Amino acid sequence: MDREEQVLFAGFGGQGVLSMGQFLTHAAMGEGKNVSWVPSYGAEMRGGTANCLVTIAEEEISSPLTENPMTAVIMNRPSLDKFEPKIQPHGTVVLNSSLVDRLPERDDLNVLQLPVTELAEKMNNPRGANMILLGAYIQKTSVVSLDDVMNNFDVIFKGKNPKVIEKNKEAFLAGVEYARKNWK
Amino acid sequence: MGKILMKGNEALAEGALIAGCQGFFGYPITPSSEIAEYMARKFPQLGGIFLQAESELAAINMVYGAAATGARVMTASSGPGISLKQEGISFIAEAELPCLIVNISRGGPGLGGIQPAQSDYFQATRGGGHGDYRLIVLAPSSVQEMMDYAIEGFDLADRYRIPVMLMAEGTLGQMMEPIYVREPVKPAIEKPWATTGCAGRSPNIINTLHLSPEVLEHRNQHLQRKYDQLQANESRAETFMTDDADLILVAFGLMSRVVKKAVIEARKQGIKVGLIRPITLWPFPDAIIKEAAEKAQMFLSVEISMGQMIEDIRLAVDGAVPVDFYGRIGIIPNPEEIYSEIIRIAEREGF
Amino acid sequence: MKTVAARPESLTGAQYHYCPGCTHGIIHRLVAEVIDELGIREKTIGICPVGCAVLAYDYFNCDMLEAAHGRAPAIATGIKRMLPENVVFTYQGDGDLASIGMAEILHASARGEKITVIFVNNAVYGMTGGQMAPTTLLGQVTTTSPYGRKAEVEGYPVRMAEILAENEGSAYIARTTVNKPANVRRTKKAIKKAFEIQQKGLGFTMVEILSACPTNWGLSPVQALEWIDENMIPYYPLGEFKNKEA
Repeated sequence: MDREEQVLFAGFGGQGVLSMGQFLTHAAMGEGKNVSWVPSYGAEMRGGTANCLVTIAEEEISSPLTENPMTAVIMNRPSLDKFEPKIQPHGTVVLNSSLVDRLPERDDLNVLQLPVTELAEKMNNPRGANMILLGAYIQKTSVVSLDDVMNNFDVIFKGKNPKVIEKNKEAFLAGVEYARKNWK
Repeated sequence: MGKILMKGNEALAEGALIAGCQGFFGYPITPSSEIAEYMARKFPQLGGIFLQAESELAAINMVYGAAATGARVMTASSGPGISLKQEGISFIAEAELPCLIVNISRGGPGLGGIQPAQSDYFQATRGGGHGDYRLIVLAPSSVQEMMDYAIEGFDLADRYRIPVMLMAEGTLGQMMEPIYVREPVKPAIEKPWATTGCAGRSPNIINTLHLSPEVLEHRNQHLQRKYDQLQANESRAETFMTDDADLILVAFGLMSRVVKKAVIEARKQGIKVGLIRPITLWPFPDAIIKEAAEKAQMFLSVEISMGQMIEDIRLAVDGAVPVDFYGRIGIIPNPEEIYSEIIRIAEREGF
Repeated sequence: MKTVAARPESLTGAQYHYCPGCTHGIIHRLVAEVIDELGIREKTIGICPVGCAVLAYDYFNCDMLEAAHGRAPAIATGIKRMLPENVVFTYQGDGDLASIGMAEILHASARGEKITVIFVNNAVYGMTGGQMAPTTLLGQVTTTSPYGRKAEVEGYPVRMAEILAENEGSAYIARTTVNKPANVRRTKKAIKKAFEIQQKGLGFTMVEILSACPTNWGLSPVQALEWIDENMIPYYPLGEFKNKEA
């Protein structure tokens, strides 16, 4: 990765967008990186749009904010409409193709897509959709090392029910597997 | 111990506990409520008092009563709630009761929005309520400082017998960063003035009514001497690349970090630009700004408001160089946006 | 020579600023006598209102605070929560308690704050010069109801004792008056009961005391005491409205 990476996670409230960002933040912190996690917060607790911005850097983070993230992880169509124009030139967009019914219009972007909502339903783990996407994204980009993530899984989910952790791990690994097979 | 990842509001609340805070009285309001929620979770196990008041008015008066007992106590709110608290804050300032008042600020006027803003600057730095008084106003810029300044805020409050306000943009309360958790502090300052029952001494009276004009003036002179002392000893700012700067940006809070990034980028282009970040919004770091104005060509105040701190910068600069303004509200300008503004000014002014 | 009535230790002896015929002085003395008799002066903390009794911190010989208008119950809450072993009382008038401080008193009662409220109801704003109070009676002339209070314009006087007795958090609520020696003795008993119940930790306690304001009522001191019987008591009946100990 570059000396600083800024990743935007966006989707509906309730899709686990904020926790995806927190997961990545924890994982990068576990690797000794400087990190920050900035949520957009709204009055709506569920059903509104939600997004968060994660910054991972080798050096001290001056600004945890940016208008133009290098990467956007997009869970729904309104988020693509909103953030596509803002992603940096030659940036990466990771799409939940189950809910985003179009491809980016820009031709400079590196597009990675997977039908994450469908996959989650097939696994009988609808709440794991965000973890599938995250697994695929980390496998593909190595923004943090996969080994570190797996080693730190329990730490990241500290205090959570072991069954919940296990479900999340399954979903995460399904995403890793998907990326290995489909994103060459 | 290593770093742990914390939300700004929670780091602040934990900082207060580390400082020996024993009571929290508040009323929910976005984007500050996590502070109340954190205290509600923690205090029952620690033997402290968490009480959700019926209103901001009641909350600040509970703080008045609780602070009068000598305990370290606090409240937290956001713009509209801080407005409601002003009556009580004026009383607390005159009664010289130490306490911590947190404003996790959002945009106004009126109900405004819940997105970050710095437009409560005037309210915070001019006292806010009726009468001649000031608060110490600390402006953290990171989650670590949310914790550190909460601890320091209680200390300053006790040392000077003054309410301390900690003001942070909503985003700083909501965001997460890894921080070092500080060691617990034991408050060391005696409070012989506290109303705790008069066993073994004559009664203590905590009062803000002074019907005699002589007494009233004397009280005001007393407060003013304290404020003078604070201005002389406690004003603080961080400076960054100001020594040879033609253009100095001034920004506080989270905003200052965004500006710092823009300054770094502009320096890469050879533009001589620097940053002054007031840490104490009151006492304002006049001297640092005045000194910088001897060498710089121009100042730019960057605020998440329609222009409030700029007045203090102009007072400090005292006409020596022009002071320009860039501001947004309800949205924190991005580094890219500030960078463009620096370029625009540099081209216009020939820096 | 035999001393019949000495100054209670819980009064400083400072000369009252109250008008002739005002009953605040009697009520101060009753509170002070109760504090003496219970032996709690050194752990009692009192809070004064904004109103005629704003200077009560000069008269009570215990730790005292002065509150913003109507906020005494919130301040009392802050103190009592931090110092649960102490005894905390507020001393409030009708404008302070039943108008601007309605929210604070209602919620202190609802929460069952273990404090004692001495509520002096004289149906008028005294300190500011005789304006209408929330407890001003229908037909009563004040400087801001110069044609007499009319229900259709100014609404009805509030009965605080009855309202607060409804709250589950209230442990002792009584209404008394001090217009005759027998009523003075009853008032003292009620105040004592309130402080005792506070110390037992049973909940919120209040004694509403119908008080005379000859100056603003435009009556002589004696007429004012009679006016309480003739006009106030019919609307504000005396008695205990809540007693969790009974």
